Amino acid sequence: MTVVKAALVATPSDDERTEDRRIEPAHKPILYLEDVTVSFDGFHALNALTLYIDEGELRCIIGPNGAGKTTMMDVISGKTRPDKGTIYFGQAVDLLTLDEPAIAEAGICRKFQKPSVFESQTVFWNLELAMRTDKRVWPTLFARLTGEQRDAIHEVLETVGLTALRDRRAGELSHGQKQWLEIGMLLMQQPKVLLLDEPVAGMTHQETERTAELLLSLEGKHSVVVVEHDMEFVRSIARKVTVLHEGSVLTEGRMDEVQNDPRVIEVYLGA
Amino acid sequence: MRPLIFGMGRWRIAMLIVMTLGFCHAAADPGGSFADALARLKEAPLTEMGEAVDRLAETKDRGVAPVLRALLDGRLYYRKDDGRVVFGDPAEDGLALVDVLDGQALGIVGKFELKKIGINNALRTHLRETLGRLELAAEDAAQRLKAVEAMSKSLDEENLELLRARLDAETDAKVSEAIETALALADLSSNDKAARIAAINALRGSLNPDVLNRLNQLLDKDDAGQYLEPDSDVRHSAQVAVKSIESKLALYRAVETVFFGLSLGAVLVLASIGLAITFGVMGVINMAHGELMMLGAYTTYVVQRLMPGHLDISLFVAIPAAFLLSALVGIAIERGIIRFLYGRPLETLLATFGVSLFLQQLVRTIFSPLNRSVATPSWMSGSLEINGALSLTLNRFYILMFCLLVFAALLQVLKRSRIGLEVRAVAQNRAMAKAMGIPTERVDALTFGLGSGIAGVAGVALSQLTNVGPNLGQSYIVDSFMVVVFGGVGNLWGTLIGGFSLGIANKLLEPYAGAVLAKILMLVFIILFIQKRPRGLFPQKGRAAEA
Amino acid sequence: MVLGLLRKSAVDVPFLAVLAVITVLVPLSNLALPESSPLHLSTYTVTLVGKYLTYALLALAVDLVWGYCGILSLGHGAFFALGGYAMGMYLMRRIGDRGVYGNPVLPDFMVFLNWKELPWYWYGFDHFWFSLLVVALAPGLLAYVFGWFAFRSRVTGVHLSIITQALTYALMLAFFRNEMGFGGNNGLTDFKDILGFNLQSDGTRAALFAASALALMGAYAASRLVVESKLGRVVAAIRDDENRVRFLGYRVEQFKLWIFVFSAVLAGIAGALYVPQVGIINPSEFSPLNSLEIVIWVAVGGRGTLYGAVVGAILVNFAKTVFTGVLPEMWLFVLGAIFVLVTLLLPDGLTGLWRRKEQAA
Repeated sequence: MTVVKAALVATPSDDERTEDRRIEPAHKPILYLEDVTVSFDGFHALNALTLYIDEGELRCIIGPNGAGKTTMMDVISGKTRPDKGTIYFGQAVDLLTLDEPAIAEAGICRKFQKPSVFESQTVFWNLELAMRTDKRVWPTLFARLTGEQRDAIHEVLETVGLTALRDRRAGELSHGQKQWLEIGMLLMQQPKVLLLDEPVAGMTHQETERTAELLLSLEGKHSVVVVEHDMEFVRSIARKVTVLHEGSVLTEGRMDEVQNDPRVIEVYLGA
Repeated sequence: MRPLIFGMGRWRIAMLIVMTLGFCHAAADPGGSFADALARLKEAPLTEMGEAVDRLAETKDRGVAPVLRALLDGRLYYRKDDGRVVFGDPAEDGLALVDVLDGQALGIVGKFELKKIGINNALRTHLRETLGRLELAAEDAAQRLKAVEAMSKSLDEENLELLRARLDAETDAKVSEAIETALALADLSSNDKAARIAAINALRGSLNPDVLNRLNQLLDKDDAGQYLEPDSDVRHSAQVAVKSIESKLALYRAVETVFFGLSLGAVLVLASIGLAITFGVMGVINMAHGELMMLGAYTTYVVQRLMPGHLDISLFVAIPAAFLLSALVGIAIERGIIRFLYGRPLETLLATFGVSLFLQQLVRTIFSPLNRSVATPSWMSGSLEINGALSLTLNRFYILMFCLLVFAALLQVLKRSRIGLEVRAVAQNRAMAKAMGIPTERVDALTFGLGSGIAGVAGVALSQLTNVGPNLGQSYIVDSFMVVVFGGVGNLWGTLIGGFSLGIANKLLEPYAGAVLAKILMLVFIILFIQKRPRGLFPQKGRAAEA
Repeated sequence: MVLGLLRKSAVDVPFLAVLAVITVLVPLSNLALPESSPLHLSTYTVTLVGKYLTYALLALAVDLVWGYCGILSLGHGAFFALGGYAMGMYLMRRIGDRGVYGNPVLPDFMVFLNWKELPWYWYGFDHFWFSLLVVALAPGLLAYVFGWFAFRSRVTGVHLSIITQALTYALMLAFFRNEMGFGGNNGLTDFKDILGFNLQSDGTRAALFAASALALMGAYAASRLVVESKLGRVVAAIRDDENRVRFLGYRVEQFKLWIFVFSAVLAGIAGALYVPQVGIINPSEFSPLNSLEIVIWVAVGGRGTLYGAVVGAILVNFAKTVFTGVLPEMWLFVLGAIFVLVTLLLPDGLTGLWRRKEQAA
């Protein structure tokens, strides 16, 4: 099965996929969504969605409300099971056979639309909880931080710029700081793929800029999938943009290409 | 003040009993032929008793049959001192006397003050015959039917003769059928094979338990291993007939079980439908829901005490009264407590549980901790006889109907009325509803009042099935939450179907497991079911459900 | 060393110290001081306070799952009762031929029911160690099986509370049945001795008291270590945002299961200490009302603190003793009012008031 799948992917047949290869020739895909359909009460949230994310790529996903952006993240992270279709991580891991913790363990980590950090715990503890380690019950009960782990936490604290706030309760942080903390928590898991749902929603201009820098610094080390409404932000970080509409890919390409695509203009403006 | 009213009520009821029971013939003609004939009966020597009985029968008075019956049963006496003819029934320290002529109770006296009017065997046969004829000719078809049934128990030549004679004159279909069954039963012992087979075939559709017994006897063997019925054709017919009857009986038993299940389901639905509104639509968990039902049941009790003598219509007063009372208490709970706890379901659970304790203790203080019994109006007592094997108790039948009615009414209110629209709007998107100018606070209070009011109405129904006590609600709270969760939170149809299927399943299990174990099994089943389908039978789907 | 680990919470050391002092002083004042002394505590009082301590242990167990993990269990009375029944079975077997019917093997109620043999599940309860094992295993196993089903299918919040209530309700119905072989309606009672010590003697009562206090101290320290560990923080994170924890790669259901089973075992131990002191265990211990009362003890004391649960259990039960003695018909009004007032006005309980003052200062 897996071999067949790999073969299928190795010989892309439709034009769009050939286009992909032209844009990012050096990288091979790490995440494969093929023909994924999800429906709620007859409404197709995802409609035969086919999408590939490359290793180390920073990909932005845009689309009008109800286009299926969050649902797409839900099916990748295991929150929602698709009615149809396949999702592979690398060439061997069938994500549909894994549950949420296993998917996270495999290296796909997700930030939610609403910042969700553990407000009653300190910034440091939030990061410690997220840290990639043995997450079974007994090892967790007897876990003691090693020096290396401490260093790793400090490193992430630096990366997301929260070193000074390490002993504050997460509930006391500003909205933007919570978003960074959550990104930091994803980084602690040493993920291969980060799924970020609206990482700059509600941020000030400066905070948005800093977030953009942060995300750009991740490029190459991790695959980052960003769902965003803020076009300014998308333009500032995007290499490649995918436009979703009614649950499937409308078009893909560079930001300027996408923005001038008449179909995109039509779905956004409803003209 | 209240005890006085209650006291009067009791007195009136006693009067009513005396007046309506009327087993006496109400002294239709106290000095007339009946009295004369009775006096003759008392005085007649044994040899002339037969004639005296006939004379009595000829009066065609309503009092004849009871007198003859009493004579046959050795319950007819006359008083030694004044010669009054009386019925005597064994009581403590002697016999309780009732005057035959005017039905007046004459108190209890020792045996020595009385003389029994005795009979002999020849007279006994004569009496039976006379009684049979009398009863078979009764004006009331139900009485005739009873007489036929009584005679079927001892089918001697006399009785058969009477029955055959009656069959020609009989106009009532049920009575005719009963007579035919009795005659066919007699024919089973006929010496003629064809007559036996014809009788078997005639009995094939009967649901009379005697018929099945007799047919089975035909298939029995004696101690020597010989069939009691020598002819194999007859045995074969009997076998076919037994099978046909048994399959019919099984069918009716199944229908009866389903009916019991539906009526239990109706109670469950009534108990949980209000909860489906408060918990399902508003997401508020109200542990005092059972106590709101209890209030409804006590309202029925109080209404009945307040309008003695109008038992038959008291329920129609109790239903709106219970709805109002429970709704008001519900609104008070919502305004006073729950509204401060929206979004904190576990705290709501605890606070409303406190309210339930409070209400229980309140009722205990006002009405005493003992159970109160609520009377059943006459139109709800008795049962609906479908046929010999199937009869449905009326109170359960009405409650089933009532449940469907309440459900339909609730659906209509939610679907068609303004408040229904607002309730649904608030349930779907509170913020949006508020933005559109719907007074969400008022809607919350009214929704909660609606759910609570229905609990009160359910309490009225419950009062017709069980004793009314302070713990009435407690015993339903777990069940009704189970129904709502099983049916799917937020879905009224789910509650209806969930309640009925749980009721039927419970009744199906009961014969095998016993009532308590059946209940435990149902709880375990639901716990396991929720594992499989956490959102119940009819889940709400989509993103809204996950929020 | 334990104390060293406990230093994080400023309350723990004085709290445990007070308990330790009580453990020594209460039995001493009962046994060593003459009855005429004003400091003498009657055996009745010792047993009463001992009962409170077992309730406190039970409340501690509920606080672990509710206060720290957000699972509002309305069925913890079931675990308490199961532990109690296991101990009761041992005490029944200890009666031997001293029962009314004098049967050396069968408890009285079985003779009464005309049973000829001891049911298989009564085997082994003549050994104290075996009974202790069951005291922990029976509630633990029930919690494991129930939790495995419930947490795996992600039943949460109010739904979970209701099915825990259904659980204890179903068990109550089951234990009311004579056929179950646990004494039906009347339960297990008329105990004579424990390990050969007469249950009525002052010395045994004092020892049981000390055992309850020690168990509470041990459970408190163990619970504190658990909630201060990384596991404790994962559990608290589950309470605050279960989904997030799952997406961090933790198997949420296993953590819940672990803490639920741990808590159930503590509740079972509490039940086992309770039964020899009150001298009876019957199916009413399974009643949903009992389980709800435990929750309110925790709420009154302040949840998520451990010591709050202990304080709440003792205070509410003391109030119950006072009211049911003086104005028995008022008690349910008072209890009802406590439920309402604490949830509305004191979300952090009584100890929360004190903590607030502390923070303000």
